[in-house]
Amino acid sequence: MRRLIFRPCGNFKERYEQEIAIFGTDFGRVWVWIGLALLLGVVPFISSPYVLYVINNIGIAAIAAIGLNILIGYTGQISLGHGAFFGVGAYAAAILATKVGFPFWLAVLAAGLVTAMAGMVFGIPSVRLKHLYLCIATLAGQFIIEYVLMNWKGLTGGPEGMVLPTATLFGFDVSSDRSFFWVVFVSFAIMCWVAVNLVRSRYGRAFIAIRDNYLAAEGMGIPIFQYKLLSFGISSFYAGFAGGLWAYYTISITPEPFTIFLSIQYIAMIIIGGLGSISGAVFGAIFITMLNEILSSATEYIMNLEVFAGGALTLAPLREFVFGLTIVLFLIFEPRGLAEVWRIIRSNFRLWPFSY
Amino acid sequence: MEFFIQILVNGLSIGFLYALAALGFVMIFKSSSVLNFAHGELLAIGAFFFLILATSAKLPIVVCFVLTLVGCFALGFIIERFFLRPLIGEALIEVIMLTVGLSVMFKGLMLFAFGGNFFKYPSFLPEALAIDWGMIHVPSAYVSSFIIGLLCLGVFGVFFKYSSQGIYMRSVADHQTAALSLGVHVRRVLALSWAIAAVVAAMSGIVLGFMHGVNVHELSAVGLKVFPVVILGGLDSIGGAIVGGIIIGLLETFTGGYISGSLGEVIPYIILVIILMIKPYGLFGSVEIERV
Repeated sequence: MRRLIFRPCGNFKERYEQEIAIFGTDFGRVWVWIGLALLLGVVPFISSPYVLYVINNIGIAAIAAIGLNILIGYTGQISLGHGAFFGVGAYAAAILATKVGFPFWLAVLAAGLVTAMAGMVFGIPSVRLKHLYLCIATLAGQFIIEYVLMNWKGLTGGPEGMVLPTATLFGFDVSSDRSFFWVVFVSFAIMCWVAVNLVRSRYGRAFIAIRDNYLAAEGMGIPIFQYKLLSFGISSFYAGFAGGLWAYYTISITPEPFTIFLSIQYIAMIIIGGLGSISGAVFGAIFITMLNEILSSATEYIMNLEVFAGGALTLAPLREFVFGLTIVLFLIFEPRGLAEVWRIIRSNFRLWPFSY
Repeated sequence: MEFFIQILVNGLSIGFLYALAALGFVMIFKSSSVLNFAHGELLAIGAFFFLILATSAKLPIVVCFVLTLVGCFALGFIIERFFLRPLIGEALIEVIMLTVGLSVMFKGLMLFAFGGNFFKYPSFLPEALAIDWGMIHVPSAYVSSFIIGLLCLGVFGVFFKYSSQGIYMRSVADHQTAALSLGVHVRRVLALSWAIAAVVAAMSGIVLGFMHGVNVHELSAVGLKVFPVVILGGLDSIGGAIVGGIIIGLLETFTGGYISGSLGEVIPYIILVIILMIKPYGLFGSVEIERV
């Protein structure tokens, strides 16, 4: 093993590969291994089932958020339909598992592919529509998919929803909180690794070119329609994969959670986390999921205090108020998101004592 | 046959209402290129303001009306000053998300204060306004919505085309920097456009309250229905808002009446996508000419 470089005393890069490496120094590589070891080895054994539940939800939301960040942050196509694609993935996994009899891993992967195709269908308007008009076309897609999920009773069971068989992997039952944790986070690690490498490759560069100046991109020879469709497809694959995992985790699914509010939550995740960076999507997913959990427990706690026991005060709407307020305050004070905050903290340490 | 005409009348009045709500939306878009997701909540705030003034404070109706309009005017100013001004120059999706956050905030606040119940306005419209033509009964609320709608649309069409403030707004929407260099007070124009939009939203909210009763969820849902209307008509065209509103209203009521209620909710969106593929900027929207 070569010597680890922590503080290079100069710029020793000689080849292009070194320039675009993911980690500039070996700090990142060491921390990734330590982090993975902690995450997969220690966390599942010291956490209570409720904490594991929250962390599993964070992992699933992070996968979907990474997909959405590829679409909005890297390709610049605003899509309000991500919640619906999450639902398509969940239902696809359910239908493939119950009616066709796919095993767990195949159902989730196939759900991702089905959702990718659906995403490409809803990406077709992007050939003619720009910015705001595309935004509303995807909003229309969200409502149409919601309607189909609710009303196509033959396929999706309508408002009663569907029940999935228990998740089994290689014959082991993985549906308990702890074993599902490993499934979620191993797939999260793989999807994250794929995404980071995707944006470093020629596809990622094409996406960024489309976002920055699509006329120049077309002029340089990038077929923007194909790449836009590819971007829609990839982000929907992530959403569908996450949806499939989520469907197996909450064993029965109904069309209720896949509303516009879910799409808004995903967009909030990537905006609060930081557009255009994979780690931003993860930060945003952590933040929003924890915000929801904290708000629910806070409102429950306050409602149970003696002070309010007399009045018929329901604090549930205040939860929505605080959620909206957090988004608004974040956008006013830190529009580049948590990824920017993290970057500033890191460069603070890196540039010390010149960190002003 | 009467069913057909009844549905036609319903569709037209709902369409006019959507057009009125879309008008405020188009106004904000015309002057600051912001998609206002909080429009439904502005409708609801106007309606509830009027409700409180009319039922709890028991002021005479005209005073209530005027006070609501003044209050919403001020609210528009406040929203623009505190929430939108810090975001001048940021990417578009940030501003859209800000209005989304605002809409969630307002909705939570109103649900907290009023709950999800239906409220009714004290009836004060003269019954003479109701039209009875054979078997068809048009309630006075619908007729008054027609009248108010037509009035507003006429006034604002003229305002944008001929008055100096309207021309300032259009210039700011076209090219902010050029307007600045020509001496237009851009900050004032932006604040004014939000204030006027809030006033129009309040009026549509009050009229909606007459027709269907005041309820937070329903009024906010209208805010989402405004989108197909506005996109269909073209994001920066007032005439387009009228036409789009009427089309969407008719589509919704006809599908709801003849086929099924829930399909009626979704049909506007399907038609929207189809029309957008043919005319990507809406029926009357101005085509963005992109220069390389």
